[in-house]
Amino acid sequence: MRQSVRLRGMAGLIVYYAHPGHKYSHVNRHMARAAANLPGITFVDLYRDYPRFDIDVSREQHRLLAHDVILFQFPLFWYSTPSLLKEWQDLVLEHGFAYGAGGDRLAGKVMMLAVSGGGPEDAYTLQGYQQYPLRTFLTPLEQTARLCRMCFPAPYVLYASLKAPAAGLVEPHVNGYRRLLEAIRDDRYDFERAERLDVVRFDDLPIREEP
Amino acid sequence: MDSVLLLAVLFLVAGVIAVPIATRLGLGSVLGYLIAGIALSPLLRQLHVDVVSIQHFAEFGVVMMLFLVGLELEPRMLWSMRNRLLGLGGLQVLVTAAIMAFIAMLLGQPWSVALTVGMILSLSSTAIVLQTLNEKGLMQSDGGQSGFSVLLFQDIAVIPMLAFIPLLALPELAAMHGVGSGEGHASLSLVGQLDGWQQALVTVGAIGLVVGGGSYLTRPVFRFIAVARLRELFTAFALLLVVGIALLMLLVGLSPALGTFLAGVVLANSEYRHELESDIDPFKGLLLGLFFITVGAAIRFDLLYANLGEVMALTAGLIAVKVAVLYVLGRAFGVGGADRWLFALGLAQAGEFGFVLLSFTVANSVIPVALADQLFLVVTLSMLLTPLLFILYDQAIAPRFAVTQAREGDRIEEQGSVIVAGHGRFGGIINRILLAAGFKTVVLDYRSDQLEVLRAFGVKVYFGDAMRPDLLHAAGIDEAKLLVIAIDERQSATELVRYVTGNYPHVHVVVRAVDRHHVYELWAAGARDIIRETFDSSLRAGRSALEALGVHPYDAERQVRGFVQNDREQMLELASVFDPSIPAHENPAYVEKTKKYMQRYEEVMRGQSAAFGSRLDRGWVPPTLEDIEAERAAAEAAQRGGGSAPGS
Repeated sequence: MRQSVRLRGMAGLIVYYAHPGHKYSHVNRHMARAAANLPGITFVDLYRDYPRFDIDVSREQHRLLAHDVILFQFPLFWYSTPSLLKEWQDLVLEHGFAYGAGGDRLAGKVMMLAVSGGGPEDAYTLQGYQQYPLRTFLTPLEQTARLCRMCFPAPYVLYASLKAPAAGLVEPHVNGYRRLLEAIRDDRYDFERAERLDVVRFDDLPIREEP
Repeated sequence: MDSVLLLAVLFLVAGVIAVPIATRLGLGSVLGYLIAGIALSPLLRQLHVDVVSIQHFAEFGVVMMLFLVGLELEPRMLWSMRNRLLGLGGLQVLVTAAIMAFIAMLLGQPWSVALTVGMILSLSSTAIVLQTLNEKGLMQSDGGQSGFSVLLFQDIAVIPMLAFIPLLALPELAAMHGVGSGEGHASLSLVGQLDGWQQALVTVGAIGLVVGGGSYLTRPVFRFIAVARLRELFTAFALLLVVGIALLMLLVGLSPALGTFLAGVVLANSEYRHELESDIDPFKGLLLGLFFITVGAAIRFDLLYANLGEVMALTAGLIAVKVAVLYVLGRAFGVGGADRWLFALGLAQAGEFGFVLLSFTVANSVIPVALADQLFLVVTLSMLLTPLLFILYDQAIAPRFAVTQAREGDRIEEQGSVIVAGHGRFGGIINRILLAAGFKTVVLDYRSDQLEVLRAFGVKVYFGDAMRPDLLHAAGIDEAKLLVIAIDERQSATELVRYVTGNYPHVHVVVRAVDRHHVYELWAAGARDIIRETFDSSLRAGRSALEALGVHPYDAERQVRGFVQNDREQMLELASVFDPSIPAHENPAYVEKTKKYMQRYEEVMRGQSAAFGSRLDRGWVPPTLEDIEAERAAAEAAQRGGGSAPGS
């Protein structure tokens, strides 16, 4: 059954940041710093915690249980997540924990994405050179969330990320990210509206004034 | 003998009491020594102690200080500061001397006396300023560096001044003195009887000897001494080096301070630099302390009280003129903000070379004794006031600029340096990795044959035993971010860990352990980043063995990772109960835990428990058939309740 999200009080938010090319990043690096400096949320730099891909499954599952909103922040690599985040999914979202018989421990939580793509917005159309809308490439993650009975609101997206510095879009995107995280933390993010949207950008965030 | 011991006790007691009090009150050590000297002076007068001759002896501290300053300065750095050295330093001496001479003429002195007074008062106190800047950690600031350039120029300028001043002798004073041959160093000079060109030749030869000897002779001598492995021999040789060069300089009529400074610069690139530094440093400190005490003790209060107003006015005028000249020059040379004030206030006093020049001028009948006595008071008083000027800077000026300074500080992210103790097969690899990643390292090793080889390949290593606290200090442990201990001797490594974690908690320590028990010892000593020297290679060998037996390489890898995980947890628990003061087998908690682990290990071996790697295999264990059935039902239920798909 599809969960409609009503998070009461403080919604525990955990941000998983995955970027192996951290020091070459144009946008994600700044987003990560903003998230890491935000009080009241948990920030995990996956490549820092597991530089040798040696993921501690129990520890990660405990982290998931302790939070209500799980947000993955990453750049799109070959229409998917960076490999460590895939390894994390393979190991942590265990049968009997996240799905399958008795696997309902994540039910009712939120899985959200903050992704950046290299191509411009018009490339992610049926006529564009990427051939498909961005959401099509994210369907494996979306269905992962569904199988775990988690809610999957519209991802926070930046297109043409490599050109963002020249276009002056880094700062507004990072500021938007901070507002988004604060809204989730303070229970002001309108998940119901976000679920009906395709993607959200820094200029159309579904944020309420009051919790 | 008795009187020497008595004097030593007097000076030491005065210093030991006054300096800590002065430091605690924020006055700095220099003022502490000066006050100690003032307190001692009645006692010294009772004992008929010749304070001035002690002062001449203690001036050797300045020579040692310049040697140490030279050690910190590589020739390249010296070259890069040539503009400030010549421009800022040269102009400061010229302009200040000119203004002072002008004022002296206005006060009715003849031109030759006025010129001499101008030169004497243009100099500042290298001893006080460098000591204070180092204590306050301001040496690397822009103001500190500019001040250093000026002081260095002044120290060099003393040499031509000593040559020039006798030409200004007053005929009437000379007649009074009889023969004007009281020059302090004349008895030692070898070059007095030589012609000008011969003198020049000898001078160049002596400098060549210092530079050439420093470059080519010290290394073999150090290697020769290293064989004996006696620490005091290094100290003896370091002293011999400094004293010998000073003597050579005196013989050829050059400034000992300049000569040792030059030797320091030559040795700045040497692998024995830190060793020399830590050997000379205590002598320098003691002698400078003695020097300041004698300055305080030599104040003639009777003369001061008799001319109080006049001396005060002259001192205030001196400081005001020097501050004004320094401030304007600092501005012209782009020294900004608080640094310009530090530069101007810090160098506003007259210096110890003023004393030297004053006695020299009197001996050469250049200025009358009465005037010299008065100037002596002015110089002393201005030195006495210097710590107060530094306090003024600290309290009133630095805070006003604090905001802008802090912002500038953020931008320049100072990279803390790394000390690598031991450059053998283990430390060498660590050093190469650090250097390749762009970090600055200071490598210490005491096998001098190995140093030769490494130096030949361009690796920057220094001779010395990392176990010596003073050497660690010279290598920069105070500002270091990380210490890598890669020495062979397990006991030494443990002691070093205990010393560093106890005294420098900000320094991260990575330490090499010989074996499991050594790990526990190091843990108990305070280390938390401990690497067993053969552990990782053993793991790789174990993995190779598994692969050779046909285990899939990925399974072998995960098996080994499981082993590491298990071993680490076990080590951590055992380390927490390990007590270095009792043998492991007499420690009940340790024995208990070990037995437990051995039992578990046996279970694993007999297959009664999941293998080491079980935790890591979790993700790849497929669901059972029943599981798959349940999963399908759950998925279908989810889809039925799902409504329209999000997105479009």
